[in-house]
Amino acid sequence: MRQYIIKRLLICILVLFGVSILLYSIAHMVPGDYVSNITAGNQNITPEMEQRMREAYGLDKGLVEGYFSWLGDALHGDFGTSFVYKQPVVEVIGKYMPATLALAGISMFLELLLAIPLGILAARRQYSVTDYTIVAIAIIGISLPSFFFAAVLKRIFAVGLGILPVSGMVTARVNYTGLALFGDLAKHFILPITVFVITGVGSYLRYVRTNMLEVLSADYVRTARAKGLPERKVIGKHAFRNTLIPIVTLVGGMIPGLFSGAVITESIFALEGLGNVALKAVYAGDIPYLMGFNMFIAALTLIGTLVSDILYAVVDPRVRY
Amino acid sequence: MEDMQTKNQQEQDEFEQNQVILTPGQLVAKRFFRNKLACVGLGIIIVMVLFCAIGPFFSPYGEYEIFYIDNETGKEVRMAEGGVGGSNMGVNVKAPMSSKHWLGTDADGRDVLTRIMYGGRISLTVGIVVVVIELITGVLMGGIAGYYGGAVDMVIMRLVEIFNSIPFIPLMLIIASVMFAAGVLPQYKIYYIMGVMGILYWAGVARLVRGQILSLRELEYMQAAEATGIRTSRKILKHLIPNVMPIIILIATMDMGGVILTESVLSYLGVGIAWPYASWGNMVDVVNQSVILKNYVNIWLPPGICILLTVLAWNFIGDGMRDAFDPRMKR
Repeated sequence: MRQYIIKRLLICILVLFGVSILLYSIAHMVPGDYVSNITAGNQNITPEMEQRMREAYGLDKGLVEGYFSWLGDALHGDFGTSFVYKQPVVEVIGKYMPATLALAGISMFLELLLAIPLGILAARRQYSVTDYTIVAIAIIGISLPSFFFAAVLKRIFAVGLGILPVSGMVTARVNYTGLALFGDLAKHFILPITVFVITGVGSYLRYVRTNMLEVLSADYVRTARAKGLPERKVIGKHAFRNTLIPIVTLVGGMIPGLFSGAVITESIFALEGLGNVALKAVYAGDIPYLMGFNMFIAALTLIGTLVSDILYAVVDPRVRY
Repeated sequence: MEDMQTKNQQEQDEFEQNQVILTPGQLVAKRFFRNKLACVGLGIIIVMVLFCAIGPFFSPYGEYEIFYIDNETGKEVRMAEGGVGGSNMGVNVKAPMSSKHWLGTDADGRDVLTRIMYGGRISLTVGIVVVVIELITGVLMGGIAGYYGGAVDMVIMRLVEIFNSIPFIPLMLIIASVMFAAGVLPQYKIYYIMGVMGILYWAGVARLVRGQILSLRELEYMQAAEATGIRTSRKILKHLIPNVMPIIILIATMDMGGVILTESVLSYLGVGIAWPYASWGNMVDVVNQSVILKNYVNIWLPPGICILLTVLAWNFIGDGMRDAFDPRMKR
């Protein structure tokens, strides 16, 4: 087991190197660099000044040289200074993390809360009206473009009925504190979380359903039924516990998807989270932030897979490494 | 006696003629068409394809034709008719739904229905092209990794992991700004996007195909193929690939919806199809103007519904395919 984990960790590091090389070379190709963005239209800037600014921002280096200096710093935990925010990238990520975590975390919790019971219900009544309805709704959720769904929700609840705010995190020009602030925040998060959950829950639901179907057709479930156990016990004790194994893998794989999925939802609802900042960083040519953000997600993805693989072995005694 | 024999023979022939023997393909088709949702999906796709492919020939308007209106008489003037430079002439923006413009005109005075048709061409084409690219790359790489194993497998699978752990949307945004700065013309942009999406999506296909080939490789019929001493390329193309075909077809249909969805997101973010060309995604992005979001539902709702219906249809078909290909799902 330990050997397996060490091997996997080493592979993770290798893959992270690959990701960073690929990302850096693409990010380096962006010609509209930060210096020409902020100096555009300013007549007082001479080419020499621009050159000096490039040196200060570290933009004068070539691809290979730039990569190695970035890598050297990154290995020391220094991902550079965000051009736009004038703060270390790590700090910027830390600052905007709470909003994204709240959005993604609550959504993930709700998704699991919906997907597991509904998936099991659909599997138990396979080919019934209940099953078809649940699956059809799940597929509709998957097929909904998030930006379109968000627009419809905004039109109905924010513009039409006026009961929920259109976008933003807090009501402007009002200084709430304590519980009122929390209530205000919660109100602003209702629509984004709805969009997130509805468009995301479908694939997990189908996954749970498929796995439950597989377990339900297993011999030990038939044995349990033959023993005359009540259906509640067959499902709860014999079948459900075994579907937990694939669900564990599912949770590990969900985490990174939540972060990258947040890019669209956050920008639609103007939430001050990591994704929205990343979107702005693209338009501003803020390479250090983009590199930091993308590496962060890449690392999360790898850790997520690793953790779920290890958990798999913990939950399922049949799995040996 | 002779009579008996011919009669028997006849009966035998008749019996054989009436015996319906289904090929595996027919079995799959039969199971597929029994699934009502899948049939609905197929119907939607056929209607959509006809609507987008043939529709523009019946529409009297062009994709980016702008309509003007005479502010004094209220008469509409088409771009081609000339005389649109007059002081009393204005662009006929946000016209309501009417017999002339079934879905009204958009914020730039263009016919919404016609643009939906042209936009649909883009979305459907993108779906097919991206899936073809990802399949070719993915099957090739996955096949090589699964068949040869060892170091080749190790390298390819690490590549797959690299591609899998890169966040897609931020990466697409970076690539889009590279394209913008490189001065790629709007009408060619979509080809680049299709290429990039296909290349980024191959990893998932490769992983699945590799898994399949790994298990197939150990089967007895492969040992038999090995024993006949045929060429490796023939072994892969004739014996392995046909057996991974079901999963390839499955990925193709399942991914189609996802790709169309992603393209619409990119267009919405202003990264995909650019002005003046239409795509369903960039037609919805007018919702960022709160006036349009509130008062001109006819501009943004129809293209959004088109995306939803098309993606939904592909997902229904994919679901039906999966059930049809999986013999365990037999009722």
